[in-house]
Amino acid sequence: MIHVEGVTKRYGPRIAVNDISFEVDRGEIVGLLGPNGAGKTTTMRVLTGFLPPTSGTARIDGFNVMEDPVEVKRRIGYLPETPPLYPEMEVGAYLDFVARIKGISGKEIARRVDCVLERTSSTEVRDSLVSKLSKGFRQRVGLAQALIHSPEVLVLDEPTSGLDPKQIIEVRRLIRSLSGEHTIILSTHILPEVSETCGRVIIINEGRIEASDTPQNLTAQLQGANTMLLEIEGPQTAVETRLQAVRGVRTVTCQGFLEGRLQWRVEAEKDNQLPRRLAAAVVNSGWGLYGMQTVGLSLEDIFLKLTSQEDSAMEATIESEADGDVAGEADDPAARDEGEDSEG
Amino acid sequence: MRNVWTIAMREFKVYFTSPIAYIVLAMFAFIFGYFFTTGLAFFLDYSASMAAQGGGMGAPPMNVNQFVIEPSLGNMSIVLLFLAPMITMRLFAEEKRSGTIELLLTSPLSDYHIILGKWLGALLLYACLLLVAITNVLVLFVVSTPDWKPLAVAVLGLLLMGGTMLAIGTFLSTLTRNQIVAGALTFGVLLLLWVLNWISSFESSTFGRLCEYLAISPHFEQFSRGVIELKDLVYYLSAIALGLFLSKRSLEALRWKV
Repeated sequence: MIHVEGVTKRYGPRIAVNDISFEVDRGEIVGLLGPNGAGKTTTMRVLTGFLPPTSGTARIDGFNVMEDPVEVKRRIGYLPETPPLYPEMEVGAYLDFVARIKGISGKEIARRVDCVLERTSSTEVRDSLVSKLSKGFRQRVGLAQALIHSPEVLVLDEPTSGLDPKQIIEVRRLIRSLSGEHTIILSTHILPEVSETCGRVIIINEGRIEASDTPQNLTAQLQGANTMLLEIEGPQTAVETRLQAVRGVRTVTCQGFLEGRLQWRVEAEKDNQLPRRLAAAVVNSGWGLYGMQTVGLSLEDIFLKLTSQEDSAMEATIESEADGDVAGEADDPAARDEGEDSEG
Repeated sequence: MRNVWTIAMREFKVYFTSPIAYIVLAMFAFIFGYFFTTGLAFFLDYSASMAAQGGGMGAPPMNVNQFVIEPSLGNMSIVLLFLAPMITMRLFAEEKRSGTIELLLTSPLSDYHIILGKWLGALLLYACLLLVAITNVLVLFVVSTPDWKPLAVAVLGLLLMGGTMLAIGTFLSTLTRNQIVAGALTFGVLLLLWVLNWISSFESSTFGRLCEYLAISPHFEQFSRGVIELKDLVYYLSAIALGLFLSKRSLEALRWKV
């Protein structure tokens, strides 16, 4: 349904999206996951024909967004990051207007407006001024606007941003209920959001696609960290031999010396019991264990920047990662800072 | 065409749900009423003194069209200079600021639908101003016998001149997301185009004549006398087309750099 091939978008010297390609099949819900400034919005704007790509092609249902923009726009419902609402209009009149410019015939309009209002549970605000709406209703009316011409493809840019937890759950439920009849591509920087709503996740960072898989597979990789950092006080060769002997351990390398303690990096097979066995081995040998933490895969490095305020488990991972930096694991501290800034 | 009308009607209604329409209409009604009343009072006073002096010694009686309607409508164009920026400044600047431009540009519309619609919406509000002016003038038909044909031509001229100013304002509104900037730019450009012909009073070279031709106000003179000249018609229509074309280009540029 959606074919993106080698799309690059530059803003002057800055590359917002760098040679990305992906496909979305009919009826799929795909999440674009990435930190702020990763290129999610740009990608969506290219898909909707709002922005022309610098190079590459995007097709919706076989229509090129640059060559047949009107055909593409007929098939797309788009909810930008800020819902495009006219504050001085009433909700009903606004949806009527959108229905008209989306090309719905006069007889159909009233029926479609009723339908989308019901679908987004916003019938009660039909006669309210848009400027008087709460954030949650604005988002719903924004969705109603995107749905009004029952488009085959829905492009939703951060549909849950700025909503309270209850509203987030409602919007997610609504999006899930839309799958099947619509192909949906949504963007978010919140990890749990994709696992709850999307069938597939495309992780995008600094304009590139880093990974594309089901949320289950990605989460499994994320949690199955198989590298550990240990800080041990003890004789170097003895410790190395002992650690090497622990079941599941592949390699043991000494990384440095800090305040009389040695820093060890242990690579092992995925195993939940590994930290326990390592700790036992060290303590039973009578050495001092001063620190132990998991270090991520490169995928985790990406997730580092994808901070979520919702999931404390995620935060724990992030903290351990941040500690990992101190131990010399950081490859790009600057980028990390940036990622954490965007969290707030 | 339906798309154009949809957008035009939305714009037109928005003027009336915001204070803009009421402010513009009230200001205009007041100022035009003042011009018209003083013009009429002057005419009455003058023609009375003429009659007292013995009918102007064979001169034809003073003409209402020439002495009341023509100057009033001529003055109206000056008021328009101030009101046109107020009408057009929000057209695109507001959409760009609030992000609703994304809705228009991702809907199955062509750029011309959007631009024509917005311009037409502004023109409809302007037509309301004309209605206010015409209501004033209609009073003359009760008490006197003015010729309606030159009046109709003058109204056509006002529509064309207003359309030109609104097209220029529409274009300038696409350049910025700040309404004040759009309004100030529009006022500056319109004022410059208004006084451009002054240069021809001391500069009779080709440049001077060119400036006179480019100015907005001289083209209305013939219209206000009830004369349709082809060159004036061509000027206004091509200026409107140019303004809308530039808006279209500007809208395209917006997509490339947003």
